[in-house]
Order: sequence, then structure tokens, then C-alpha cells
Amino acid sequence: MSKMSLNGLMKKDGAKTVMASLLSIIIGMAAGSLIILIVGLTTPTLGVKSVWDGIRIVFAGLFTTGRDAAGALTFGFNPQMMGNMLFRATPVIMTGLSVAVANKTGLFNIGAPGQYLAGTAATLFIALSMPVEGSEMTAWLVSQGVSCAVTYPAWLVWTAAFIGGCAAGALWGAIPGLLKAILNINEVLACIMTNWIAANLVTWAFDISALKNVVENTKSGYIYKTSFNGVETAKLGLNDLFVGSQVNGGILIAAVIAVLVYIMLSKTTFGYELKACGSNRFAARYAGIKDKRSIVVSMAIAGALAGGAGALYNLAGNTEFFWSTYQSLPAVGFNGIPVALLAANNPIAVIFTGMFMSMLDICGLQLTNLTGYNEFITDVIIAVIVYLAAFSLVIKMMINKLIKKDGKESVK
Amino acid sequence: MDILGWINQAITEGTIPFLIRQTLIYAVPLMIVALAGVFSERSGVINLALEGIMIFGAFVGVLFVRSVQQWGWFEAAYKAKDWMTLQSFSLLTMAVTAALGALFAMLLAFAAINLRADQTIGGTALNLMAPALVLFLIRILANQNTLQMATGDSASWFMLKESYFGFGVGRGVNKTPSMGFLGQVFVNKVYPMTYVCILIFIVLAIILYKTKFGLRLRACGENPQAADSLGINVFKMRYAGVGISGALAGMGGFVYAMTTANCTSNGDVAGFGFLALAVMIFGNWKPGNIAGAALLFGLFKCVAASYGSLDINGDGIYMLKEIGVSAHVYRLMPYVITLVVLAFTSKSSRAPKAEGIPYDKSTR
Repeated sequence: MSKMSLNGLMKKDGAKTVMASLLSIIIGMAAGSLIILIVGLTTPTLGVKSVWDGIRIVFAGLFTTGRDAAGALTFGFNPQMMGNMLFRATPVIMTGLSVAVANKTGLFNIGAPGQYLAGTAATLFIALSMPVEGSEMTAWLVSQGVSCAVTYPAWLVWTAAFIGGCAAGALWGAIPGLLKAILNINEVLACIMTNWIAANLVTWAFDISALKNVVENTKSGYIYKTSFNGVETAKLGLNDLFVGSQVNGGILIAAVIAVLVYIMLSKTTFGYELKACGSNRFAARYAGIKDKRSIVVSMAIAGALAGGAGALYNLAGNTEFFWSTYQSLPAVGFNGIPVALLAANNPIAVIFTGMFMSMLDICGLQLTNLTGYNEFITDVIIAVIVYLAAFSLVIKMMINKLIKKDGKESVK
Repeated sequence: MDILGWINQAITEGTIPFLIRQTLIYAVPLMIVALAGVFSERSGVINLALEGIMIFGAFVGVLFVRSVQQWGWFEAAYKAKDWMTLQSFSLLTMAVTAALGALFAMLLAFAAINLRADQTIGGTALNLMAPALVLFLIRILANQNTLQMATGDSASWFMLKESYFGFGVGRGVNKTPSMGFLGQVFVNKVYPMTYVCILIFIVLAIILYKTKFGLRLRACGENPQAADSLGINVFKMRYAGVGISGALAGMGGFVYAMTTANCTSNGDVAGFGFLALAVMIFGNWKPGNIAGAALLFGLFKCVAASYGSLDINGDGIYMLKEIGVSAHVYRLMPYVITLVVLAFTSKSSRAPKAEGIPYDKSTR
């Protein structure tokens, strides 16, 4: 009986999606483990024991606590690691939402890295050019002979910086949206170009700005932390829960935004219009939906979310931005793609897939800290997951076949 | 300074030869990787993975050079300054990178052709895969984030120098004369693999337009159903397109690492693969236009890179700084131009009609 109801559950589309995601996660981790196995056995300095350690960390790195006196790995609940996982999940949930919203409208937002950079730049410029009363930076400016007659409360600067970051991202996302809506230019190509334009513009803007860290000599190449101006995201007691970690209230903000995006997409007419455009742009137009407007607005929202990712990450107060970024794009932008794909574009599911992605990050760091392997294996796992997502339809068909087989056997 | 004096100085002090050489150094990998994009897309498969394949090719090439050096194969030739033998070493490495680049691209081909995958996501996966895998292996091989040659540098092993031909040898009054302008531009301090790439580019462009194979390949990117009805195996043609694409991109990655990064690999080609994509779009998917676009973007790259600084061989151009345009502008230009070109040519774009659409025999 229970088997029957399980089969019924499996036949639901949502359950199949979850199965497909879990399957790609498992295949991804298995591929990572396989590489560790091959490399470990062929590299004389690593050996069999390291392979076993490495594979255990790939799967359960979040719960490692170090090594005991005998050199064996120890496992357990590690509040610091948990907190850091939540901290790292914040931006990747936001970029995941960004990719998901665009996907729902039938657009592939590979432009999240550029939008993230635009958001980062706007946030840092606002957060560091509105002097906060009594902050380290204000005192330093005064000592340099700059008069800081007007000062602002920290919460106001935080809010302005966050909104500014989202707005900059929205603007940057709207460009490929407009090009797609008006001129029917492939949004993927437009996004690739806007990504690199953003990387160059941001580098240029910071290069001529006065925000380069000159106070700490060792920090050349970095922008001031926002905490230098007394601006940082409230911890909301999370730092007491996860002692010694970098976690802050940003994760709660990201979760709330995910819920808002979910409501927008599933409970409002506007969201329905976006999804209708995604299913069939021309049918939507026939039904009286303004398809061009939907495309532009959808990309703007996607951009705002990616820009918000940059804002939340950089407003944490403990993060520093390396400004000369014209040769590379932020990985967190691209990681939004697997996050959204694994979540099948469901905003609530993005919260969890985002956490999974940052958990992999932590596993990677532990791999570097505790074994002869390194963090890049987690990027391999992510790449395998994205690769599998490219033909998720085939995987779903495979699951269907498996279920059918299973069903027949249970009838016998 | 008057303009004639400036020109005279530019030629005699080597600024003009330097500019042309450096432009070629950037333009040639761009050209060959853009052609890689053309072969894939004209067979009907979007190849966003150019960047990833380049990264992979660069790694394979550097690893091969490093290993061969460690085995000591070309040690004697290097000591004897036998540059002909050393050039055969560089040709061998190019062949190896092309073969492995093609192999890596098969991941995309398999997903796009057999599994009817979303080609954009498949390409993105390869772009994520290459740097991850490469950095993972480099860290284990070299215990740092950069893989280098085992001994020497790329210039001393693979670069042509005028002294090989008896020019500019010796000291003081006994010194033989330097090469003239043409020698400075096309022989001295040049990597011959640049010319090999140009040759390959020309040969492949001819194949694409003047042979039966090229016609069939292009047909599969325009109207695969029609091609199939005439007995062309669309799957095979697309595999060939992606395979050639991977070979060219892998080779281009190695040439890039050799000529601009002193034969090192660090899991990054600084967005060069995406720039090649821009070149391909700017060149409207046609080899002739692509060569021109690559030269233009190569010039921008060269100007941005050598802006008021010296390169590893002691040449340099300070006059650019005096013009007063920021180096950021030159870096920005290729992408802005491509975006503008995309905007203006969207109506008359020559993008292959069937690109990105998995071929399904049952549809028409």
C-alpha cells in the first residue's frame, strides 16, 4: 500500500524534478570523488588514505571539525562552519533568484556576473561616500583636512547603498532586456558583452576613485570595507547562534526576498504575464500581454536581484572588494546558474540549492585545509551538475523509465 | 615634436615594428578561436565554450611542454641553439593541444547532438569545468596556482631572433647590422606559430567555402532537414564542426598562453574566448571579416596591454600615454563595438539559421 502511494508521488512532476536534481547532485559528487580517486592513486604524495579522507570531505565537509591527535578526520556539528555556510549562501541565493526569474520569462541570464559587479560598485560608492558620524573613515577624512560637516546615520547609508546596488543591477540587466525586446538580439550574447563592459567600467570607476584602501599598507588593490565607514549589515543575533562565524542578517533578507519573488511569480497577474511570455512569447502577445514590457521588466528584476547579491555581500562589513577586476568575472554570478537550474527555477527551492552550493564551497575549503587536494574540485562538481542540467529532460525520461519498471515489478 | 620626426623615431626605435608584432600576437589567437566558433556555429551548434576550451588547451600545451622538457627530449637542440628543431617541438605541442581540445569539445558535441541538450547551458558547463579541472590539477602538480615551463622561458625556446640569421651579432664595432624594417616586423622576436596559425586559418576558410565538406557543414547549420533529405549525415557533420572547433580553440588557447603569458597556465585566459566570440559576431560569421575584426580588436588589446609600459623583451611604447586616453577605454572598446554592431545588424545578421536547435529527424 505504502509502495503504491510512493509511486503516485513519484509520478508527480514536482517530485520528478526533485529526483532529477538529487540525481545530478549525486552524479556530480560521484564525478568529483572519481577525480579524487584517480588523482590520489596516481600521485605518489597522496595515496589511498588521502582518497578516503577527500571523498568523505566532499560529501560531509560541512561537519568536519579537524583532525585528532592520531591524524584521523573528526566529524561533528561545527557552528562556525554552519554560520560561514549561511554567509556564503547569501549572495548565491540572490544570483540564483536572478537567473530563475529570467528563466521563467524564457531568458537565460548569463549576465548575472556583470549585474553583480554593477551592484557592488554602486553599493560601495554610496556606502563609502556618505560619511557616518563617529566612524573610523570620518575621523580619517577629518585628519586629512576634509571637512565632514554633513554626516548621516549608519542605517540610512546602509539602506541607500542596498537600494542603490539593486538599482544599478536593474539598470545593467535592463540593457540586454531592451536589446532583446526591441531589436530581438540574443540575450546571451548581449549579456556576455555587458558582463565584460561592466568588469571594465567598474575597474575604471574604482581606479579614478578615492575609495582605494590607502590606510592599511598591506591592502593595496582593495577597496575599503564598508565597516570602515561604520556601515555593516546587522547580525540579528545570528553571530551568537553560530559563534565565530561571519554570518549576518543578510541571509534572512535573501530568504525574505526569495519568498517575495515566489509570491510575485505565482500569486500575481504580473508574475503570470512573465511566465506566459516565457512559455510562448507570441501566444502571450495574442492574449493581450505586453510581451516587450515583460521581457524588459523581467531582466530588470533579474538585474536588481543580482545587484542585490553584490550589495548584501559587500555590506557585510567584513568583505573586501578587489577592484582591478577587468580580467575576471565574479564566480558567484555564474554560480547563480546551477543554483537556479537545480531548483528548477522555484524561488523557495533556490534558498536550499543556494545553501547547497555554499556548502560545497565550505567542503572545498576544508579539502584545502585538511588534505592534499584543493577547493577547485567543488567547482568541478558544480560544472558537472550544470552539464547534467543541460539535458535534464533526458534525465527525467530516465527516471520515468525507472519508475515504470519499478511499477511493473510491484504489480507482479 | 613634429610629425615627420615622430614617424622617423617610431620606425628607427622600433615602436612601429613593436606595435605590429604585438597586434599580431593578440590578433592571431583571436582569429583562430573566432574561426573555431564559426565551424561549430555554421554546423548548427552554438559554442559558448570557446573560453573553456582555450583554458583547457593552454593547460594541456603547457603541461606537454613541461613534461617534454623534464624528459629531456629537446635539451640538446636547445643547448645547440638549433631553432629549427625547437620549432618542430612547438608544432608538435600545437598538434597535441588541438587533439585534446577536440576531445574536450566532444563533451559539448555529445550533449548537444545526441542528448539534444540546451547548448547554451552545455557551453556554460564547459566554461565552468575547464578552469576548475585545470586549477585542481595545477595545484596538485605544481603546489601553486600557475603551471610554468620546467626550464627557461617561452622566448628563449620558441621565439625567432635576428641573431639566428647572423644579424645584430657581436659587440661594439664588430657587431653585424640589425635587420631592416621588414625583418624587425616579421622575423625578429616573432613566434613562428603565429604564421602557422594564419596558414591554418586560410586553409580552413577555403575548406569551409570551396569544398564539398564545407558546403555540407554549412548546410547543416542553415537547414539540417534539407541537408538530411539529400543524404548528408547531420549528426556526423555537426560532430565534425564541433571537433574542428575544439581543435582550433584548444590550439588557440595554447598559442595565447605561449605568446602572451610566457607559456604559463593558471586556469584563466582573461576573457579571450569571449572576446573571440565578439570577433565572430563582429565578423558576421565570415572568415574574411573575422580576420579584419581580429586585427582591430588585437590592436585594442595590444594598445591596452603595452600602455606606457615595457614588455618582457625590453620594447615599449610611451607615446600612448601622452595621447591621454585611458587604457580602460581600449579594453572596453571591443565589447562596446560588438554590442553596437549587434544592435545595428540584428536585421541583416548572417547568423546560421539552425544554430542552437537540436536536430530531430522527425520534425521538419
